[in-house]
Formats: sequence, C-alpha cells, structure tokens
Amino acid sequence: MKKKILLFSLLSLLVAAPAFAADPSVDEIVNKANLAAYYGGDDGRAEVNMTIKDSQGREREREFIILRKDKEDGGPQFFYVYFKKPSDVSGMVFMVHKYTDKDDDRWMYLSKMDLVKRIAASDKRTSFVGSNFMYEDVSGRNLSEDTHELVKSDDKYYVVKNTPKKPSEVEFSSYTVEIDKKTFLPVKAIYLDKNGKEYRIVEAVKTAMVDGIPTVTESKVTDLAAGSSTVSKFSNIKYNIGLQEDIFTERYLRRPPRKELK
Amino acid sequence: MNMKKKIAAALLLCSLPSAAWAADEEQTSFADRLNDKYGVEMLGFIEGRLGSRLVDDADEDTLSIAETRLQLRLNRDFESFLVQFKGDLLADAVTEEVDADIREMSVSFRPTDWADVKVGRMVSTWGTGDMIFINDMFPKDWQSFFIGRDDEYLKQASNVLKTSFFLNDWSLDVVYTPLFQGSEYIDGERLSYFNPAAGKIVGESMVMEDSEPNSWFKDDELALRLSHNFDQIEANLYGYMGFWQEPEGMDAATGKAAYPPLNVWGASLRSPMLGGIGNTEFGYYDSTDDEGGSNPYVRPSEFRFLAGFEHELLPKLTQDLTGSFQYYLEVIDGYDNYEQTLPAGMAARDQYRHLLTFRLTKLLMNQNLNLSLFAYYSPSDNDGYLRPKAKYKLNDHWQIDGGLNLFFGEEDYTFWGRFQDNTNAYIGLRYSF
Repeated sequence: MKKKILLFSLLSLLVAAPAFAADPSVDEIVNKANLAAYYGGDDGRAEVNMTIKDSQGREREREFIILRKDKEDGGPQFFYVYFKKPSDVSGMVFMVHKYTDKDDDRWMYLSKMDLVKRIAASDKRTSFVGSNFMYEDVSGRNLSEDTHELVKSDDKYYVVKNTPKKPSEVEFSSYTVEIDKKTFLPVKAIYLDKNGKEYRIVEAVKTAMVDGIPTVTESKVTDLAAGSSTVSKFSNIKYNIGLQEDIFTERYLRRPPRKELK
Repeated sequence: MNMKKKIAAALLLCSLPSAAWAADEEQTSFADRLNDKYGVEMLGFIEGRLGSRLVDDADEDTLSIAETRLQLRLNRDFESFLVQFKGDLLADAVTEEVDADIREMSVSFRPTDWADVKVGRMVSTWGTGDMIFINDMFPKDWQSFFIGRDDEYLKQASNVLKTSFFLNDWSLDVVYTPLFQGSEYIDGERLSYFNPAAGKIVGESMVMEDSEPNSWFKDDELALRLSHNFDQIEANLYGYMGFWQEPEGMDAATGKAAYPPLNVWGASLRSPMLGGIGNTEFGYYDSTDDEGGSNPYVRPSEFRFLAGFEHELLPKLTQDLTGSFQYYLEVIDGYDNYEQTLPAGMAARDQYRHLLTFRLTKLLMNQNLNLSLFAYYSPSDNDGYLRPKAKYKLNDHWQIDGGLNLFFGEEDYTFWGRFQDNTNAYIGLRYSF
C-alpha cells in the first residue's frame, strides 16, 4: 500500500511537473501581483463607497476619493484620501507616504480645526476608518514581511501561501492568496488565525479593464470571527492623470486639490 | 430666569435635535438638490448640550452649559476660486442669549503656481503641541474648551489675510490680522477665576473688564512660518508680532485689564522616531513693554519649551490604543526684576513652571466608541486639569458624547488651581447632516 502511494505520488509529480515548470517563480508571481494590485499606471484616482455591516446587520457608509502616485513601480508611493461622508468627517484628509524600506509617514488633516496631525505608522494592522479593511489592505503589505510559497497552480489561478517572518507582529499565522493568471490581480486572500482557523477573507468581487489596466472595481472583506463585513465599490477610476508630486504635501492637506478631486 | 426655568429651557433646547430625526430624509434631498442645481455643498449639524458644576460655586450658576447649536457649512467651487462658509447659531440658556458666530467666510484662490491666498474669516492652526500652543498665536476659546463643547471650538475664527508661498521644498506662510481679536479667556461671566486684586476666586459679580485694542491696521498682528522638510523631519521657524492673546497687563489709568504688545520667535521639529512621533518646540515671548521684568503692569517675557512623544501602546495585545506624553516648560525672563517690582500682597509666580500632559485614546466597537483622557499636571504648581471623554457614534448621523472637566490645585491662584470651582460634567447629542 505504501509503495502504491509512493508510486502514485511520483506519477502525479511527473504529470504536474510540466505545469510547474511553465510557471514563473513564486517571487516573480508575488511581485507581479503586487504591481497589479497596487501600482496600476503611474498614478490614479478613484471614488470609493464603503459599506460596513456589523454582526447585527447595521450599516455605516464611508465615501472618499483616493489619489495615488508611484515614485517607482514596486517602490515608494504616495496616497491622498479625501473624505466626503459621513458628514462629520467631510473635508478630513488622510495622507500616506509609503516606503518599502522603512515605516510609512502618515498625516491627518482635521479641517474643522485647520490642524495637520502626524500619526504613527506602527499600527498597520488596525482598522481603516472603522471598516474591516486594514491600513495594509489599502496601501499594500510589504512583500519582504512574508515568505512566499507557491502551493497550487491550476488553469486559472496561482495560489500562494504567505507566512509572516515576524509572527508576533501580526494577528494571523498565514494567508493564502489566489492570483489570476491572466491579470495577476489577487482575487481572494484567506487569513488563518493563530490556531490555523480561517477567520478573514479579502476578495475582489468585481474586476474590469479601466484605461487598459485590469482593475478591481468592487472588493469585500469578511471577518468570519466577528461576523462583520465591508464592501468597497470603486467608481470614476482613472489612471495616468499626471498627478503632481506636490499634491502629497502639507500645502494640499490644507487646500485640497479641487481639480483632481472632481 | 430662575434655576428651574433655566433647566426647563435647557431641556427643551436639548430635545430639539430629535426634531431633526423626522426631517432626516427631507434634508438629505434638499442638500442634494442644492448641490445638483447650484453646485453648493451643504453640511452641518444640530446639537444639544447640557452640563452641570460638580462642586459648589457660590459665584456661578450650577448649570455650566445648556445650549442648542445649529451649524451650517456651505461651499461653492468656482473653478478659479473657492468660497467657504460655516456659521453657527447658538441658543444659550446659561447666558440667556442667542448668538450667531461665523466660523468661516472665506475666498481661496491661487494667483500663481507658487502662491496660495485665502482671505476672510477662518480658523488657523500651526505648531506641534497637543493642546499646548507656543507658536500658534491664533485666537483660542478656553471657555468653550472648559465647559465641554466639541474640541473644534477651542479654536476661534478670526479675520485674516493668509498667503502662502512655495519654492522648491520651502514654504512661507504669512497671516496678517488687520485687527487684533484675542482669545476668549475666563473672565468670571460664566466660569469663576482668581482675581489678584480681590485676592480670591470670583465670578459673575466681578467680571473682568478689559480694553481691547480696536484700531484697524494699527492694532494688527502678523504671524509668519517658514517650513522645510529634512527627509522625514518637519522643521519650522515662526515669528509673531502682535499682542498677548489674553489680557496679561493692566492699564494703570483705568484699572482695566489690557493686552500688552508681544513678539514671539520660535522653532519646531517633528519627526517619526522609535515607532512613534516625536516633537519639540521652542518660543521666546518678548513682552516688549515689560522693561526687563520690572513693569508690574505687564506680564514679563518668557522662554517656552515643549517636547512630546506619541506612540501606540501595547501594539501586540490590543488595537487602537495610543498614548502620548508632553513636557512643557515656561521660564520667566528677568525674574529678579519681576519679583522685586511685584505689588505687595500678590503671590509671585515661580520662575520655572513645569507642566506635563498625558493623553490616552482607545477606539472600540469598530471605532464607533472613542474613549479618551487628556490630563494636564504641573508638578511645580501642584495643580492640573483632567478631561476624560466618551464619544459614541450611534450611526452615520447620530452621536452622543459625555465627559468631565476636572480642575484641581493646591493654591487657588495657580494656572489650573484658579479654575477649581468650575469642575463640571456634560453630555451632548448631535445630529449631523
């Protein structure tokens, strides 16, 4: 019996081997997926409508416009998030200078006090504006924080398992990402908690080609443990609009770029 | 109005926001219509707020706050310029007045790529301190801060011409105030304070009178800030030419409180460090009429220094818990002269005033519940001020909040000790639209 299994395994390895051989390396896959998910075009903008649903079905809405500019593909990036709803945070701005070799810089502009506040960036795995999205889901998790392993490759998806190098700094033990072979967009990520149980799912619900770039137009995060979920719908998406770098400075925190936000 | 009537009126006022509940749907569509038809963005809120003193104050009412406020924000973007309006209508049962306060009425435009202009009435803020202001000489409203109004109201709006110039990575802000306004300070009308002339804490019966500078373009203020980022470090130089923001002097002829002239020169740094944010700020308060400290009618010049650090606490165990700590120092320049010329019977201030602040913020229930504590404590004066607060967002429109303003002090003439009869609790209910 044991021999049979061994033989079968060997056989299946032989059959599967060509498929693996044709695949790019796992580093190449995660790099391409990272670029597809977070670096579309040299810059971009989108209007985001978030619906947060708690375990009792109560809904809350967030509406904001997000501007992004890449310094280099796969490298530093700038994000500018202008809040429109709910009305008590309307006019508030959140800005990030994302780096890949050090902690990000983050600012918050509270328009009602004309206050530019700098905020610590150590808490990447906390909720973004009270939703099920985390800061890291919005601006991307640094690839060097995890080890990557290609666990499956079928005709549609690469499946990559990511294990944190510093497990004590995150709330998950590992997460597995399905990456679309054609577009390299990550379409589903499943997070396992410290006991190895599925507890969190991030998925691309809808994708579309925008300006020739494969784009997620609706995404959803489900917190299986808490019973809550958040759906983000992206609209008025545009790429390569020529955003100036100085938009991501204090000047524009205090005077939001009206043309770019329209 | 007697006390019972006041409370009844206050309750009536505070119940007003619930009327907004019914109007909810209509308002949304009205705001949408306004936006679609005229491009005017309309936002605002209506709120009720009620609070009471927790200590017996013979000088003031028990009711510390009882009011209904309507705030309306209107913005219209005209391509080449932006017009912003924000106005508050306040029915105040404590002062028995209805007040209108324009918090913003401004026009912003960009004459060239390297300059921004904003003119009109607005709130202005700069500097690195958290609830401590060294180089931010824009008007504050300490009264609002002490009775439990939203933090927004700590900053008063003023009439200014704000110009900013940008060259490479440098920027220069110039804020010109043609007529000095000054801060809303504690004058006894609604909160009691220590009156040095009376030698005790006084209130309504002894409201401080002041003579404000009132000559346009002569009693003016100029505030400057030069900014540059050295990598991740934000560096600023500041200058201010104007007046003390509170009546820190006395007109010997009239006996009224007065606003002596003041220049401030300072600098600040702010940067990420050790996984948190560190900041430091310095300012020299040059009280130009102080005669080296020997003018007893004017507050002497001072050095002011601040260092602060903010960090997420216990990041691995909890989420959304942040703590911050600040150390602040005030040093009187020319202390010997000050001490020698101090009028007989008046308690002298210490040459060094040390102040510590501590902030704890915890977000719970998907960030809908915000629990915070802000504490000021001076080891040299042995006095302080605690601000515990809870805010809960019931949904995207309704919010309820409550908190305490606790003052304490060994002596009744020190900075916080003089407000110790004003310790109060408050609650608020707000509907935002």
